[in-house]
Amino acid sequence: MDVIKLQALDLAVASLLVVLSAGISFALRLNMQRQVLWAAARTVVQLLLVGHILRIVFAHAAPWLTALVVAVMMALAAREVASRPKARLVGRGNGWVGATAVAATTIITVLFILNTALRPDPWYDPRYTIALIGIVLGSVLNAASLALDGMLSGVRREKLAIEARLALGAPARLAFSSLLRESVRRGIVPSINQMSAAGIITLPGIMTGQIIAGMDPIDAAKYQILLMFLLCGASGMAAIGAAYGAMRRLTDERGRLRLDKLMP
Amino acid sequence: MPVSQSGQPPLLRLRGLYSPRLSPVSLDLATGECAAVMGPSGAGKSLLLRQVADLDPGSGEVELNGLARSAMKGFEWRRQVMYCQAEAGWWEDRVAPHFADRAKAAAVMARLGLAEDKLDALVNELSTGERQRLGLVRALALAPRVLLLDEPTAALDQAATGRVEEELRRYLDTGAAILMVTHSEEQARRLARRAWRMEQGRLEPLWT
Repeated sequence: MDVIKLQALDLAVASLLVVLSAGISFALRLNMQRQVLWAAARTVVQLLLVGHILRIVFAHAAPWLTALVVAVMMALAAREVASRPKARLVGRGNGWVGATAVAATTIITVLFILNTALRPDPWYDPRYTIALIGIVLGSVLNAASLALDGMLSGVRREKLAIEARLALGAPARLAFSSLLRESVRRGIVPSINQMSAAGIITLPGIMTGQIIAGMDPIDAAKYQILLMFLLCGASGMAAIGAAYGAMRRLTDERGRLRLDKLMP
Repeated sequence: MPVSQSGQPPLLRLRGLYSPRLSPVSLDLATGECAAVMGPSGAGKSLLLRQVADLDPGSGEVELNGLARSAMKGFEWRRQVMYCQAEAGWWEDRVAPHFADRAKAAAVMARLGLAEDKLDALVNELSTGERQRLGLVRALALAPRVLLLDEPTAALDQAATGRVEEELRRYLDTGAAILMVTHSEEQARRLARRAWRMEQGRLEPLWT
């Protein structure tokens, strides 16, 4: 393909834009020049590192290596889901809820796509698997952490309402239904916005990348549509998974509301 | 322990019910009986009611008509042994969605001195006393076997209190039982056959 290869010098020239940004911060005394430079340095190191790792993984195309990379990516995403909400469940509950929601939804959606729309050979071809999972994880992470935060920050506020329904004999799922719905909605809204804004306001990253890589814009659009559907399904499942996971941890086997399982 | 004359098991039986802040409680309630629990604020009166309703973790057994609580699911138990909070919680903005059967609710409301159009109001437009009575209507409409009432008339004037007590007597006559927390000795005397005093999580008999 006729891609223009970037040289180190090209990047150095582009980095002048970062310097410009830092300069603005300095001139306006925003005191953010250090943050800008540090973030830029992180971008360089992290992306080059990932690039090198992926090059090795792609070259070997070994299932175990692919699985290892996938596991690390998921673990990092789960940690992020767990740490974003301010409220914490006892017994590393945030971590468990995050890990379950992230792993289950990512694996289900990616396996679904790898066995239907895309059929790489071998099916675990890291070029597809890791790229797909990377994209899906971003959305899943967002949806799950928003839904989890909705549950954990809302349950104290809704305590009287939830207990009123429990006291009237409602099963926990019914007593939590308003809070569950609200939390899942919070988790799904970003992916809906993303879908409805796609192409008009911004060109999605994947599509841009493939157009630059020389793909026909219509083909690139098809890829992007597939991914948007994937992300929509994944974030829906992740939001539901995280919200129900949180509900399970906030209730017990007798269907009681257990606010003592939320750290003060 | 009083056993009902027919030799049947009591409607509600508490057997050594306790929690970290509540000393073991054993008592029986017969069909049609109302019993009162009094005592200072923070003594654990509400904790006892919540414990009976299985809303807090605890130990000991409770039986309804001889059926053990532990053999039922939590919500099945709470559907029959219903706790009415002192300050009821509401899960919808409007009043009506809290009632499954509008006609039934309206009938009870009329007896409690509440106009039917209160059903179409917003919950936060209502006065504390109206909310308190509607909380009771909500529970009565579900016809539980036992009601656990937490200061059911705290926010009510004398007339409304009288109406509520009359409605509670009517409810007792259907073969139910009431365990109520009240600050009013007069109310306890009017409604209850027995009373206990709760002091620092310990339940002492007051009169029978």
